[in-house]
Amino acid sequence: MKSLETHHIGIPDPSAESPAQEQTSRETRYIGVPESPVEPAKEEPKAPGPPAQTADRKGRGTQYMAPPSAGPEPVEGRLPDGYMLQDRYRVLMLHAVGGMSTVYKAQDLRFTRVTRLCIVKEMLNTAADPQVRAMVKSNFEREANILAALNHPGIVEVYDFFSEGKRSYLVLEYVDGKTLEDLLDEAEGFLPESQVVNWAIQVCQVLSYLHSHDPQPIVFRDIKPSNIMLDGHGRIRLIDFGIARNFQSGQKGTMIGTEGYTPPEQYRGSAEPRVDIYALGATMHHLLSKQDPKLEAPFSFHERPIHRTNPTVSRELTDVVNRALEYDIDKRFGSAEEMQRALMSLSSARGGSGTAPFGTTAFVGSDITPLWRFRCEDEIRSTPAVHNGIVYVGAYDHNLYALDAESGKFLWKYATEGGIGSSPCVYEGRVLFGSADRLLYAINAETGRIAWTCPTQGSVWSSPRAAFDHVFFGSDDRNLYAANTYSGRVAWKFATEGKVRSSPSIGNDTIYVGCEGGVVYAVDISGQARWRFRAKRSVTSSPAFSDAMVYVGCQDSYVYGLDIRSGWSAWRQRTGGPVVSSPVFGEGLLLVGSVDKHLYALDADSGRIVWRYATEGQVTSNPAAAGGAVYFGSVDGAVYSLDIKTGNLRWRFQTEGPVVSSPTVMDSVVYIGSDDRYLYALPA
Amino acid sequence: MKFLRNLLGREETSASASSVAPSPTVPCLHSRFRVGWATDVGKARRHNEDAALVLTAAHDGEDARQAFGLFALADGMGGHQAGEVASSIAARTAAHHIVHQLYLPTLVQQEHSTDQPALSEVLVNAVQAANRAVASRVPGGGTTLTCALLLGPRAYIAHVGDSRAYTVTEADGLDQITHDHSLVDRLVELGQLTRDEADVHPQKNVLYRAIGQSGVLDVDIYMRTVSEGERLLLCSDGLWSMVRETEIASIVTTAPSLQAACESLVAAANQAGGNDNITVILVEPPLD
Repeated sequence: MKSLETHHIGIPDPSAESPAQEQTSRETRYIGVPESPVEPAKEEPKAPGPPAQTADRKGRGTQYMAPPSAGPEPVEGRLPDGYMLQDRYRVLMLHAVGGMSTVYKAQDLRFTRVTRLCIVKEMLNTAADPQVRAMVKSNFEREANILAALNHPGIVEVYDFFSEGKRSYLVLEYVDGKTLEDLLDEAEGFLPESQVVNWAIQVCQVLSYLHSHDPQPIVFRDIKPSNIMLDGHGRIRLIDFGIARNFQSGQKGTMIGTEGYTPPEQYRGSAEPRVDIYALGATMHHLLSKQDPKLEAPFSFHERPIHRTNPTVSRELTDVVNRALEYDIDKRFGSAEEMQRALMSLSSARGGSGTAPFGTTAFVGSDITPLWRFRCEDEIRSTPAVHNGIVYVGAYDHNLYALDAESGKFLWKYATEGGIGSSPCVYEGRVLFGSADRLLYAINAETGRIAWTCPTQGSVWSSPRAAFDHVFFGSDDRNLYAANTYSGRVAWKFATEGKVRSSPSIGNDTIYVGCEGGVVYAVDISGQARWRFRAKRSVTSSPAFSDAMVYVGCQDSYVYGLDIRSGWSAWRQRTGGPVVSSPVFGEGLLLVGSVDKHLYALDADSGRIVWRYATEGQVTSNPAAAGGAVYFGSVDGAVYSLDIKTGNLRWRFQTEGPVVSSPTVMDSVVYIGSDDRYLYALPA
Repeated sequence: MKFLRNLLGREETSASASSVAPSPTVPCLHSRFRVGWATDVGKARRHNEDAALVLTAAHDGEDARQAFGLFALADGMGGHQAGEVASSIAARTAAHHIVHQLYLPTLVQQEHSTDQPALSEVLVNAVQAANRAVASRVPGGGTTLTCALLLGPRAYIAHVGDSRAYTVTEADGLDQITHDHSLVDRLVELGQLTRDEADVHPQKNVLYRAIGQSGVLDVDIYMRTVSEGERLLLCSDGLWSMVRETEIASIVTTAPSLQAACESLVAAANQAGGNDNITVILVEPPLD
């Protein structure tokens, strides 16, 4: 049984002064103000919200409010079953216990021929000062009078009210039904979208009635699943009233737990009709997503989109809920009627299941047209390099091509004896790249004439990186090489436990590299290992690093964040498939693709997933970040551009083959190759 | 068996002598943490419901490990001494987990690998263990928990509640690392309240996350490098709600020692009213 402890039908009434607490703000006081007592500075605050359970503290200590799910606690001095009130209401059983009230199921004996059930809500007037006590009582009676005059099929009827000594009572219609909270708890899967929309439309109708109440609008102020009941006829009833708030005693200290459905402005004392719109949005979010806002950070609905837990929900309904949940009150629906119209226009309101759920936006077109494209004789799998207006790219046709960056015009090519999967780097006027013919090449960046080659004992798929007049690269002969950039002479080689296809990263006088044997190394510039980290599978991905961490993807499906000083894993994040893509930073996020078809944006400090974007194919391409956007290719044949902050699609460009090449972004142009043999220049 | 393989692994790869990590033997005279800490009941309460735990380890010699420091601070809540019990259990349970899962293995392990849990996982698991221990042993009790693990100058911080971790420098004063899990902090983040309004808001003591809650507990993890000249400060709200940040910074940077700084901070909070228990931990990591 759920407790019915909170409640605020709020009626704007400037004359209403709560005696238990002093309202010092300029705000109008409402019946059912959810505890925004503003009080003199330097005093301990009073308890917010009706605590489901409070631990009694000596003196002025802290208090612990039980989690919202806690069941009712027996209260001292509760009425025994069979107890008679006003010679008319016989208590049948305890119904629920809240922080400020006790609720009984009772029988009204005035009706002698039928069994007429009712709900009796008892509130204890604990104020010590007799004057305050009298004010509590008169406020209660004034509010009860207003509530008793309400007449709407969606609102539980108030039959009677009275006080006996320190106790005040409200007698309410008994509704045989279940609250939406009960229904949500019982539901095995997700509640059908059409059902939630239908309930929300009915709540909007009740809110329209309350908000247009004469002479002043009534703000309910506590819309939430446990305050909405579904009766035996499928009708919605708002069941709780905030009248008990008057009896709240001044509790003090730290408390845990928030209501979860309340809009931010309500904590500043504001109570206008649009607070109910927000709370209804929050209620719908909970019903659709099954994520209880009481257990989440307050006001975090936008950070927890419904479709993340419930992918079947339609985009159009999500839009309605999101608009109701706007922090900025002026961006919400202006009235319950307006929200009701938006809900009724949904296809799910007409019994449909909703259209266009998330994640099914399959389309194969392109949003942009390329600036130019250039056809090679075989697949392009490497990353192009752009330097001084020239694009350099290697292809599986054994050639390194030099193209004019602006027009795509062919300048020259250099033929090797093997496929080129290594990405070129340009250093001191030379283009450095590896080939499957086991050589590292250095050629003149302008003329394409050979400067030197550096032989290894295995294919060179790793992409070279140059610094300190040395070029660092890996080979399938299991070594990391350091060679002089002028002569090509090998300065040292560092033996690893597998083929080195990962490309080294250089920083802090240290080279970071992975190997197919599953080990990540930090090697100093003299070729001595500083530390190593052993993963479960091949590390083909190239490390990224910050001043504190090294980040690397692994074919064991994890992305690792390693302490740059010790190699200790600070965090790891598992994806749904091997990670071959190399991570890159953008806007404080770590971006990386996975064979599970997603591009991930991770928090670099914690590894937490900030967002991820689903494509139709494996993402082995290394993302590139520029100007608030991230660019990458997918084996589904497309090049994607997403907004870095949100992960929303900016554009998509379809090629004729898988895109495992990685983009290079320069001067608002994205250069990327495809297995369709073309190099594309796309507008960023 | 595995241990043997690890040892032999060194042999196997020694064919490429260059791949064996030479252990940088750091002179360790200054490779230990300098620490100060203090706790006080304050002026208004009868019990001190805060708990603090300080643990440091350093060693010198061949293949020396980085200096290890563990600092935990908890601020309990709940009646009938539940607050004291909750904060103490939380700090001890988390420390036990971290030492057991993280520190002890490093004394014998040869290299880092994915077979060890990641540091952040150890920290999250430690705080969740503390949560389970408090939930089962102290019904009705709750506590904040801010737990800083330092490996040399690198700080890994696990955090739940409204105790705080800061870095302190002479030039920039206090830099708050942690976010309070309080209702008013969220309202400030959303621009619905100013910091000053939050300080006097009637619901400023409402936490939405704390140790002792039922269900799954979300734990925040932060990472910072505490550079030379910087100090790490952990404190309960008995300090930060009573003493201005600028004053805290000036006390920390002018005191003759870290211990003297902690005692001065407690005195300053008491002078400002001492409305709550006050606990402070100050740490200066070893130089590189």
